Amino acid sequence: MRLERRAHVPLYLVVVAPLAAVAVALILAGALIAAAGVSPATAYAEMLRGALGSRLSVTEMLTRATPLILTGLAAAVAFRARLWNIGGEGQFFVGALVTAWVGHSLALPGPVGIPVLMALGMASGALLLAGPAYLRLRFSVDEVVTTLLLNFIVILFVGLMIEGPLRDPLAFGWPSSVPVDGDFRLPDLVARTRLHIGFLVAIVAAGAVWLILARTVFGAETRAAGLNASAAAFAGISLPRTLMGVALLSGALAGLAGSVEVLGVTAGVTTTMSPGFGYAGIVVAMLAALHPAGVVAAAIFVATVFVGADAMSRATGVPSFIADVIVALCLLTMLVALLFTTYRVRR
Amino acid sequence: MTPVLELQDITKRFGTLTANDDVTLTLGQGEILALLGENGAGKTTLMNILFGHYAADEGTVRVFGKELPSGKPRAAIEAGVGMVHQHFTLAGNLTVLENVMLGSESLLSPSSARAAARKKLMQISDRFGLPVTPEARIAELSVGERQRVEILKALYRDARILILDEPTAVLARPEAQRLFETLRDMTREGLSLIFISHKLHEVMAASDRVAVLRGGRMVAERKTADTSPEELAELMVGRKVERPVRQGHEIGAPVLIAEKVRVEEKGEARLDDVSFAVHEGEILGIVGVSGNGQAALGGLLSGLTTPVSGALTLAGQDVGPLGPRGMIRAGAGRVPEDRHAEGAVGELAVWENAVLERLRSPDFSRRGFVRQAACKSYAAELIARFDIRGATPDTRTRLLSGGNMQKLILGRCLSIGPRFVLANQPTRGLDEGAIAAVHAELLAARAEGAAILLISEELEEAVALSDRIQAIVKGRLSQPVPAHDADARKLGLMMAGVWKEDDHAA
Repeated sequence: MRLERRAHVPLYLVVVAPLAAVAVALILAGALIAAAGVSPATAYAEMLRGALGSRLSVTEMLTRATPLILTGLAAAVAFRARLWNIGGEGQFFVGALVTAWVGHSLALPGPVGIPVLMALGMASGALLLAGPAYLRLRFSVDEVVTTLLLNFIVILFVGLMIEGPLRDPLAFGWPSSVPVDGDFRLPDLVARTRLHIGFLVAIVAAGAVWLILARTVFGAETRAAGLNASAAAFAGISLPRTLMGVALLSGALAGLAGSVEVLGVTAGVTTTMSPGFGYAGIVVAMLAALHPAGVVAAAIFVATVFVGADAMSRATGVPSFIADVIVALCLLTMLVALLFTTYRVRR
Repeated sequence: MTPVLELQDITKRFGTLTANDDVTLTLGQGEILALLGENGAGKTTLMNILFGHYAADEGTVRVFGKELPSGKPRAAIEAGVGMVHQHFTLAGNLTVLENVMLGSESLLSPSSARAAARKKLMQISDRFGLPVTPEARIAELSVGERQRVEILKALYRDARILILDEPTAVLARPEAQRLFETLRDMTREGLSLIFISHKLHEVMAASDRVAVLRGGRMVAERKTADTSPEELAELMVGRKVERPVRQGHEIGAPVLIAEKVRVEEKGEARLDDVSFAVHEGEILGIVGVSGNGQAALGGLLSGLTTPVSGALTLAGQDVGPLGPRGMIRAGAGRVPEDRHAEGAVGELAVWENAVLERLRSPDFSRRGFVRQAACKSYAAELIARFDIRGATPDTRTRLLSGGNMQKLILGRCLSIGPRFVLANQPTRGLDEGAIAAVHAELLAARAEGAAILLISEELEEAVALSDRIQAIVKGRLSQPVPAHDADARKLGLMMAGVWKEDDHAA
């Protein structure tokens, strides 16, 4: 038996592979649920009901999907160019912090201020990734290490700020930053729910990323550089410039996720506002096979698992940590599925 | 001669493609058989059947008179057949001895077993005249030495029949000659050999008998002594192939001038005091034993490396520090040494590779957006004009054969009417038909006035195409000689560095 590279990957496989990966992951997680003494069928039914069973649960799920789409895009853009940005979490928090900080005292009308705050969130995320990208280009420092470690630095810095200069005096001792001005809160997308227009921002971002990657010179150069750096360099494509462009775009998307979460949901920054959006973005990107449209679908799936697991936990007593297990298993099964889309087994 | 290996009526189909059609082949004791055929003729499929990687649809394989079970990879090895692959299958971080033991013995075996293995290896090494250092790490060895380890690995498993797949593809000519001498010695020790090749001169030089495959069928068998390269070429391609002949014509003013150029890599000189001029309508050939600075010269003229001193001017413009994009803008077309590593991005479509060098030109993009329709119609033009077979603009580039990929790369740089062309090993690994096509394109560019610098390890090619020839030795260039004055002996001396003495006398 051996692996043989496929001459071309049929479209059905591109669609089937992630679905099969998810199915296998759910079966494996089902064994754990069964071990906890609950029928997997019941547990998954509760999960689905919890995430999709009512208007409220659907909007809650989409609210959760919004930052995941953006961090998923951030990871997809970077990974396509072989820039291993593991720092989505840190870029998310930097975007959130800058947005809350400036948004607290910014004297602009809402419709002008919101885009300004989002742009600032994007710029701060982009800058945070520009550092590791520069170190990689200049000194070949492994960006996996630098971006990962920056996450902890940023989160500790956020903790410092909300215990100190940005502490919200009205939060009754809760560790939270001052909130953004009420004018800058994102309008609801569905009345009387938490779903805000940030969801549309994320969808538009996915479209924009697709357009950039598929249709622009920058996208074509990025693709060439990611697939074969020496051939790209030979053809006159500047690898440092391409890599830096990718870093700025990726960081900006993760920063935007933090900004949108503050403006749409939390108003202020807390160190617990992200249940790992940055890291989950990596899973989302892999499940999507790094395709922007797939990122939207994968983010909705991951959000379903997270939101549904809370409801399932309340109903059945299975700990909601099962959500993390499912998502992690999905990453592993997806990596295997990707192998089988690129290669076929021959005997 | 008693046959040691018989392939009888082998047929293998993949879907609608018949890769081997009723092929019969025998190998005699102590014989060297060359299996000749173009890329895609079915040579590799046939050997994969012999090795049990594929199961034949029809036919039988006999080794020393015993039939091999089909589809059992270990059976051939146990019967005494060894294979030396074109792409080596050695672990670079292990030693020679460990690699030889790998797969047949456990690496965790006690040191007594290791000592026994070492002894056996040294005996084989002595007997067949294949010197090695068992403790050397593979990563530190040259390509030729690695190949020797591959051969030893097969012999260590008691192979009495050895199959070598394109053994010279990675070797420089002197190494290749040494290899064939070694192989000849090995037959005296009772080994029988098949080597797969598409290079006529080495088939003529090294084999006893030639079997020619074409389109999956065995089209001819000849005693090497009774045939000629011309006949073999015709048998292999199926029609008369003639390499185009260079016509004499006036050459013009110098286009690309290098003056006392020095290129360093990690502080060491790769090119030193290199001066040359390529004129309008001229092909300047650079010959040399591989590893003497050809890579640095290719890098310099591609724009990938910058001279530390000296000047490189193209049509009066200093292009030394410009980089690849600057070189392209200044009117240079570049054919890289390794088309897979540098020439094209295999995973991209043909149209994307066709425009990769000029994505930012207004022909192919507007306001940062790629004009896909324009790009694809340009790619379609290239496909038609340069006869790139099996390609549409949307085909993935890695699916093209080597020759067609090379035509794409050549087309990409010739279609804009370059003033200067770098052709670095433009026919390496190509079959006869593709070589003739590449030569014709280079000569056509020359006729249109391009200044062409050809770097080649194939002397015949350099002599046939070039107007003048210089040799590169240890990063330095000889004085140029006109191609009509260059015979094999003179070039051999130049490549050995003997020109240094008679520089001034000449």
